[in-house]
Amino acid sequence: MTVKYTEDHEWLRLDGDSVTVGITAHAAEQLGDVVFVELPKAGRQVTKGDEVVVIESVKAASDILAPLDGEVVEVNAALADDPAQVNSDPTGAAWMFRLKIADPAALDAFMDEAAYLALVG
Amino acid sequence: MADLKRTCLHGLHLAQGARMVPFAGWEMPLHYPAGLMAEHLHTRAAAGLFDVSHMGQVIVAPASGRLEDAARALETAMPVDLLSLPEGRQRYGLLTGATGGILDDLMVANRGDHLFLVVNAARKDHDIAHLRAMLPDCDVAEVPGRALIALQGPGAAAALTLLVPDAGDFAFMDVGIRLWQGVELWISRSGYTGEDGFEISVPEAFAGTLAERLLDLPGVAPVGLGARDSLRLEAGLCLYGHDMDDGITPAEAGLGWAIQKVRRRDGARAGGFPGAERILAELEHGPARRRMGLRPEGRAPLREGAEIFAAAEGGQLVGRVTSGGFGPSVGAPVAMALLPADLAPGDIVFGELRGRRIPATVAPLPFVPARFKR
Repeated sequence: MTVKYTEDHEWLRLDGDSVTVGITAHAAEQLGDVVFVELPKAGRQVTKGDEVVVIESVKAASDILAPLDGEVVEVNAALADDPAQVNSDPTGAAWMFRLKIADPAALDAFMDEAAYLALVG
Repeated sequence: MADLKRTCLHGLHLAQGARMVPFAGWEMPLHYPAGLMAEHLHTRAAAGLFDVSHMGQVIVAPASGRLEDAARALETAMPVDLLSLPEGRQRYGLLTGATGGILDDLMVANRGDHLFLVVNAARKDHDIAHLRAMLPDCDVAEVPGRALIALQGPGAAAALTLLVPDAGDFAFMDVGIRLWQGVELWISRSGYTGEDGFEISVPEAFAGTLAERLLDLPGVAPVGLGARDSLRLEAGLCLYGHDMDDGITPAEAGLGWAIQKVRRRDGARAGGFPGAERILAELEHGPARRRMGLRPEGRAPLREGAEIFAAAEGGQLVGRVTSGGFGPSVGAPVAMALLPADLAPGDIVFGELRGRRIPATVAPLPFVPARFKR
């Protein structure tokens, strides 16, 4: 299963014609303890660069941007009750939303794990 | 962070894995690997160790050698009763400006032949210059070469007692000098977390060893500025430059309790400090706006600067959040805001957050009860 990374510290995992999006462990560590996650509504059409998620940590509010154009088809409602999952399991249980995209090949443009790890040093 | 000052505990912070950030011209630990939430909760459950060496330690010594001359002189700059402050005690107080605003908040201790002040890091240079101008018959000098360590939490006294056997004899706001391994510690039982605790001034050469010894004690963990801020916010304590500044008066900041009767109208030493006319009138008749607690609905914090409205739609802008965040002990967002004085606990206002208005209930302060050892 392909996992790609954005410069905004999101991970993108392709499942069929949809992409699951979350934030990396590095990002979660930088944010500090997460206390609230504001998710988009399923069905929302987003354009690359749109603010789709707001993560409130004890330090600050941070926006998560749509990595690609598409339709939000599912969100992880469990994060509303347990936002601390973003710190404890950022790349697993704390996925944020699934985006249905037109062209799965668009993912090729993003970094692979080695390139991302090189970026965050 | 090349142009930032470092405290003498810098190496210890790095060894403890601190994330360092700029604060008031200093490079300070924001948090350690445990993180803000854990550090906050640990302080309320056991004991947190804070490096507050960036704060200004200042001595005001009377040229006459008579302490009451220094107390009387400082009363011209502060609306506080200092003449009755006994030796070995300290008092919280404000420096006020000509228009009634607050220039800084500070602690003043009576140490027998001089007054010892602890002032905010960002205001230290201002305060020293201001006091030198206002107190021509006193020597006002920063104490050189001393670090300041705060040990805060319900376990602080038990921990400190292992190094300073009679530390438990200090009552809240007592100050005194104790020897630890031949080193002079200037100790006060006070703090900025709402918890019992101590602030310890120690020569820089011994500060690292003292901090390490304290951190080795059971229940003591390092705590950064992030949790220091959330702890004081839950405790309803003001932060200079945020909840008070030169445009906010003592009554507006809810700090009338720090102005004793003797300095108020009809008091024996009424007035005689900058801004007295406005400050005393407001204490008598009430200010138009006042600092209040807010409990926003849901889990998203209303942070500093958030606009507060009277209604969910339209309505008047009635104030702004002066400090806000998530309260780890409260388990919910908490905030303080300057709001119309006719609002009361239980009233609902609306805070603007990302284009929406979040209901927030006006709440009494503090959000968590203070646990000082009086």
